[in-house]
Amino acid sequence: MKDLDLQAGTRYGFFTDTSVCIGCKACEVACKEWNQVPGSGFEFTATSYDNTVSLGANTWRHVAFIEQPAIEQPAIQQPAIQQPACEEPACGESVPGAHDFRFLMSSDVCKHCTSAACLEVCPTGAIFTTEFQTIVVQDDICNGCGYCVTACPFGVIERRETDGGAWKCTLCYDRMRGNKMPACAQACPTDSIQFGPLDELRARAERRVEELDSSGVVGARLYGHDEDDGVAGFGAFFLLLDEPEVYGLPPDPVTPTRHLWSMWRTAAAAAGGLAVALAGAFVRSGRG
Amino acid sequence: MDEPVRTYYGRPVLKEPEWTWEVPWYLFSGGLAGASSGLVLAARLTGHTGLADRVRWVAAAGAGASPILLIMDLGRPRRFLNMLRVFKPTSAMSMGSWLLSAYATAAATSAGLAVWGRLPRLHLLFDGAAGLLGLPFATYTAVLLADSSIPVWHEARGQLPFVFGASAGASAGAAGVLVGPAGQRAPARRLALAGAVAELAAHEVMMRRLAELGRPYEEGDGARFATAAKACTAVGAGLLAADRRRRWASVTGASLVLAGSVCERWSVFRAGFQSAADPAYVVASQRRRLAEREVAGEPA
Repeated sequence: MKDLDLQAGTRYGFFTDTSVCIGCKACEVACKEWNQVPGSGFEFTATSYDNTVSLGANTWRHVAFIEQPAIEQPAIQQPAIQQPACEEPACGESVPGAHDFRFLMSSDVCKHCTSAACLEVCPTGAIFTTEFQTIVVQDDICNGCGYCVTACPFGVIERRETDGGAWKCTLCYDRMRGNKMPACAQACPTDSIQFGPLDELRARAERRVEELDSSGVVGARLYGHDEDDGVAGFGAFFLLLDEPEVYGLPPDPVTPTRHLWSMWRTAAAAAGGLAVALAGAFVRSGRG
Repeated sequence: MDEPVRTYYGRPVLKEPEWTWEVPWYLFSGGLAGASSGLVLAARLTGHTGLADRVRWVAAAGAGASPILLIMDLGRPRRFLNMLRVFKPTSAMSMGSWLLSAYATAAATSAGLAVWGRLPRLHLLFDGAAGLLGLPFATYTAVLLADSSIPVWHEARGQLPFVFGASAGASAGAAGVLVGPAGQRAPARRLALAGAVAELAAHEVMMRRLAELGRPYEEGDGARFATAAKACTAVGAGLLAADRRRRWASVTGASLVLAGSVCERWSVFRAGFQSAADPAYVVASQRRRLAEREVAGEPA
């Protein structure tokens, strides 16, 4: 396995192409193994193959499973560049009526926002931006105030019950420092999780959407690739086949600190109002 | 939510806050202390020294309780000093920690100087510092909640500071009515009345602004505390307004206003949990925003 040659100062991230996710959860397992993330218990949801439920302190990759009525469209192919030679007779052809439903599967992860709410609100400076422009919590600084938990627009970061600190995906900062691919991307058997310089990933993702559109696949869209969105773009963005909320993702996430100055102005006005009320209470200062 | 929204098996998009009972009590104690210090300063400047001397202890108690509550709520309380290792304007909690440190120091020192009885000029200086720092300390906690992704808090960011500021004024006035010496309680009573009326009004404005996002105030714990807050504040204010001579009426009225202020903070606190737990609030409000942007001709 050849080492990567990662450059400090370049922004790296994930492009999760959910159109080729097969729901194997190898990413979840690899993440837990490498990062020594504690077990997250076992909850039998009885709604789908998803018994992981959601991202959290002890779950840094989460594969969502959605079962939907089938739609008329050709079978989804691997990206052209990765496509194996087609030998089986039925390979690449859709089989009408074979299934009356379809699976949507998506491996969710921390978005490593350009404008990261968790980092901005962190009062201790425990959360920082690395030389690869990823967002990481320094566990030895975090005092468990929980402010990042209310700030994250995606419900990603969480306080761990056993140690009281806030935890989330580090984009395998330690592996990156060692010129290794993050564990989930390394383990993904279909290249649904792609790791690389964000610019390259964005260009690749645009091509993939075009490819899917032109092959007649319905509803392919990028989520989080746009630097003009409410969090100034994700470092880990997605190709989805339906609306974000279907996958449990917010359709228009916004970093709350975007409005912080107007909030401070309002609080100052309210404090001023309190001062006026105090002055007013003593205006008729007859001692009655 | 009125329009059905698509969700992932109805699971929350957001995490519920990790905060426990200490936080709503901190919101109350901070408001009570901060506004009380304002009351102390105003009373001193207008010659109501008897009122100032009594209310100063309310401020000191609130200022003493606030950091304890805040530290107890940390996941790792022994690392509370890490709050002061950075000065971070993008974090309301960082700014609040510095404000709390400065304010609590001033309030505690002014109480200490009151006991000591010497250095009257220095005492006035610390009363002044506590009074001036106390007012923003009473309203900053609204920013603490509003600067979050929780719809019922974030979308009320224009109103929440007024709700908290009014509630703080009401509680400080009510405390002044309870502890103030006979003959000097009138300004405290007026402050309690003005605060109570403003609190009821600000909450109502917030509900209108939130529209259907305000539903957490109409069901579950949020509704129970909101109803209790409204009832206590309204009846308490009524008693304070109606009868100035009978002491029992003032005491009951002031106690009810204080209880109303506590319930107000608890209702806001609990509403945040309900708002985070239901993905419909997140999805519906963001979908509406996207639709509005599309109408305005901007790219979605």
